[in-house]
Amino acid sequence: MTQSVIARQRAESDARTNGCYLNPDKDFLDDLFQGIVKNEERYGYPLCPCRLATGKLDFDADVICPCIYRDIDVLEYGCCYCALYVRKDVYEGKTTIGPISERRPKELQIRAYGTAGQTAKPSPVSIGTLSEKPKEMASENLAQPTEVNRKAWYCRQCGYVSYREIPPYICPICKAKQEMFARLEIGADFRG
Amino acid sequence: MKYTRVDGKNNKHKVLIYAISTCAWCKMTKKFLNDSEIQYEYVDVDMTSDEDHEKIKQHILNRGGELSYPTIIVDDRVVITGFRKDKIKEALEI
Repeated sequence: MTQSVIARQRAESDARTNGCYLNPDKDFLDDLFQGIVKNEERYGYPLCPCRLATGKLDFDADVICPCIYRDIDVLEYGCCYCALYVRKDVYEGKTTIGPISERRPKELQIRAYGTAGQTAKPSPVSIGTLSEKPKEMASENLAQPTEVNRKAWYCRQCGYVSYREIPPYICPICKAKQEMFARLEIGADFRG
Repeated sequence: MKYTRVDGKNNKHKVLIYAISTCAWCKMTKKFLNDSEIQYEYVDVDMTSDEDHEKIKQHILNRGGELSYPTIIVDDRVVITGFRKDKIKEALEI
């Protein structure tokens, strides 16, 4: 199985879980997967094919595909930044899409330009420049990059669970706002 | 910095594209210019050095652009962010 097929299966599974769809344009989709695979080979992680990387995981974590801006972009614009993921009406051909504005805060984008002298440990960055209201909870969590992917959040309205550093801006299933998400504590008890 | 020149019959304007080598939108932009027989130069920003990144950043920001790709600069004056066919056509008068 080629890396591109693996990347596609991963994306299909993620789309199903998160209530979105893959771009119906086959050739465009093939280009995107080729880009993602190339980035995985270059950086060790599947970075968004349409963004400039630092090559440092801590700096690039928010734009590893699927990026943390996907859900809100799909909901608001009909597609994510690179247009790999789309909304149902776009998938069904009822709505056309074009390039969308970059939601990633400028202070995060700018790290990809001349990071040679920087350490790989980023300082906490507020995501307050997003069109959504800034969330204290979110910036607090961005300050702890070492715990990426170890956190889980559940939607108190529908029960959807998201394994991300920060909760989704909007629930991809029931469209509840970020405030409806609560931290899910996962523990293991090894006592007999 | 390595600029790659693509020859075309229409060289009325000086066209520069800053692109990402893995970006599908950037690929579409290049294809559109190829199909329209426009002469242009491009730089795949992700294939350049840190030093070049800084120069590219300054070039784009100084002309009022954004750090998004593709960025198309026409006659070192008009900056188009993203593959916006209507704006490209307007700037190139095609």
